[in-house]
Amino acid sequence: MTYFPEEVVEHIFSFLPAQRDRNTVSLVCKVWYEIERLSRRSVFVGNCYAVRAERVALRFPNVRALTVKGKPHFADFNLVPPDWGGYAGPWIEAAARGCVGLEELRMKRMVVSDESLELLSRSFPRFRALVLISCEGFSTDGLAAIASHCKLLSELDLQENEVEDRGPRWLSCFPDSCTSLVSLNFACIKGEVNAGSLERLVSRSPNLRSLRLNRSVSVDTLAKILMRTPNLEDLGTGNLTDDFQTESYFRLTSALEKCKMLRSLSGFWDASPVCLSFIYPLCAQLTGLNLSYAPTLDASDLTKMISRCVKLQRLWVLDCISDKGLQVVASSCKDLQELRVFPSDFYVAGYSAVTEEGLVAISLGCPKLNSLLYFCHQMTNAALITVAKNCPNFTRFRLCILEPGKPDVMTNQPLDEGFGAIVRECKGLRRLSISGLLTDKVFMYIGKYAKQLEMLSIAFAGDSDKGMMHVMNGCKNLRKLEIRDSPFGDAALLGNVAKYETMRSLWMSSCNVTLKGCQVLASKMPMLNIEVINEWDGSNEMEENHGELPKVEKLYVYRTTAGARDDAPNFVKIL
Amino acid sequence: MASLRSTSCLASASAETDAENLCATELRLGPPGVVVGEDAPAKKPSSVGAKRALESTGPSADDEHDTAAPAKAQVVGWPPVRAYRRNTFHQSSASSAAAKKSGDEQQQQQGGLYVKVSMDGAPYLRKVDLRMYKGYRELREALDLLFTKCFSASAPGTHSSEGCSDGQFAFAYEDKDGDLMLVGDVPWEMFTSSCKKLRIMKGSEAR
Repeated sequence: MTYFPEEVVEHIFSFLPAQRDRNTVSLVCKVWYEIERLSRRSVFVGNCYAVRAERVALRFPNVRALTVKGKPHFADFNLVPPDWGGYAGPWIEAAARGCVGLEELRMKRMVVSDESLELLSRSFPRFRALVLISCEGFSTDGLAAIASHCKLLSELDLQENEVEDRGPRWLSCFPDSCTSLVSLNFACIKGEVNAGSLERLVSRSPNLRSLRLNRSVSVDTLAKILMRTPNLEDLGTGNLTDDFQTESYFRLTSALEKCKMLRSLSGFWDASPVCLSFIYPLCAQLTGLNLSYAPTLDASDLTKMISRCVKLQRLWVLDCISDKGLQVVASSCKDLQELRVFPSDFYVAGYSAVTEEGLVAISLGCPKLNSLLYFCHQMTNAALITVAKNCPNFTRFRLCILEPGKPDVMTNQPLDEGFGAIVRECKGLRRLSISGLLTDKVFMYIGKYAKQLEMLSIAFAGDSDKGMMHVMNGCKNLRKLEIRDSPFGDAALLGNVAKYETMRSLWMSSCNVTLKGCQVLASKMPMLNIEVINEWDGSNEMEENHGELPKVEKLYVYRTTAGARDDAPNFVKIL
Repeated sequence: MASLRSTSCLASASAETDAENLCATELRLGPPGVVVGEDAPAKKPSSVGAKRALESTGPSADDEHDTAAPAKAQVVGWPPVRAYRRNTFHQSSASSAAAKKSGDEQQQQQGGLYVKVSMDGAPYLRKVDLRMYKGYRELREALDLLFTKCFSASAPGTHSSEGCSDGQFAFAYEDKDGDLMLVGDVPWEMFTSSCKKLRIMKGSEAR
């Protein structure tokens, strides 16, 4: 192969888009390494601290699409203190210096500043797509820079970010010459936008396929916009309050009728039940529906709508839908692949109208189901065993019983057998979150059967170090392990140290790991960063309370080629 | 593929009456009917801990009526719902006229009132947001949950498997003046405005 001209080898590599494969070929020999790195178009960095930004930019100067992820997943639930890290700055700066052909940037759980967005907007002449998910640190001024300077922008997708509102001007910054928008999602922007600017922007974007508005956009504006977007495939509505003029809603219906390509709906902010009926005509063609931000809709409102959505593949809904509502879903949505049922009450042992019954009904009616996120207030082993038999195709299974450590409600037993059935039957399971009362036995099952498992989330579970060790020794494909409030200590942490090199990261909080254990791990595995995170300086109080070794409150372990990071705050100690 | 509809209604009703009869809810880590000689530290389900009436050293004037009412406890980061979603709901429950929770909204919008909680014998402290609770009972239930969950298999000698509500512990707090006070003497609102730190003390130390 080395006798072929470079262009031929490069052409052959172009049939290997997957990063894993390209990483593999680059290891064959120096020549292949060079050809591969110069022709690499897309780079995925799963942990921004696993490698230095400069190194990535140097190695892949011709990258077009860069994805970087920052904080660990549990940051979503406020378990990672603010100012922990995950800064986008170094990545944007390194790319600005070394990868001027960059066209797409995707970031998740990172801290992005307005200055970085300004730099981004000015550094890449062909830049066209910015996707920010669960990020923070920027304001609408940063968005104004992007709108103003990225002449070829086709995608601006802001999902669930914390954005400081500095007024509506950012949307007006898109120049009249900007006609290339394909996807615009500003649902997470809290403030108002100028309706006129929005209408004009949409009017001059003939390629717009996905539009997600924020809460401030009125029904009137929505109706006007939809008259201009007959090719829209995905829509996030503005608010649908019942403070309405019927006329606006009729306009809305006639506008929606024109949108024959519309397949996916979300938004429904402050949605009043009366407003839903104006959307009914669309339901038969929908494949995706997100009603999880509409707490004012009750079970009958929801089922009236969903029963019409016979082609639905993806449904996100609140638990007010109740078990009865889920039975309607099960009988109406035979193509359902992904279901997420979110809690409307965030108390630990709060009330939820969904139980194991709803889940069993879904499993009976929707055999194609492969992805589940289900918050409920009770579960049984029998139900889980039934679900596992009915739906062996699960790739993602996340069950959250609201009350930590709650047993099977019928038998008072742990839920080991139920989850055991899930991992045994669902041979393709890649992601699993477990909850309820669980002993070491469930981990024995997981280690034994969950061979494809890549990500495991554990909370308030297990009896001893053996639990965690079953997972570390058995799950061959494990990449991310996150644990909170479980009795795993140093023996578990140190039971299989080589494993951490094959994983992206380990998170442990409120467990029984001690500082000594972390130090031992650090000394054995120099290619890992061991971050000990202690939020408060109450080290004196910790001594007072016990005579034993100090326990580590939060621990984050990840493999890295970058060594200890230099941007860690003072409450993070890197061993 | 048995239908579970008929049985689970009965089950939840019986679970509630069982909660009042502690013997009937003795947990074993094995199939029912089998007597296990030597138990691993039996993990009592938190549903029992949350529902049973807690020994209180203060006024238990709160609604002790139904054990069916779930404990409105709050644990940091639980349930695992993204901050974005939580914040959005605080906004929507405030703006919608049909808001089910009335007085609580005001509390939540003022932001959290986090205080440290230490428990004698526990390896590290926790934090709770006092604004999340309506009264002393909810606070005690939350603390019970927090401190029984992680330490049951750790150091021997902690009475954690019985929870901190079995009468062996006393709840105290440090007020604005730095004095150590017994929890429960003053009205709830007065307590939340003066409490700086919480301390769960072993019975022998608490006079």
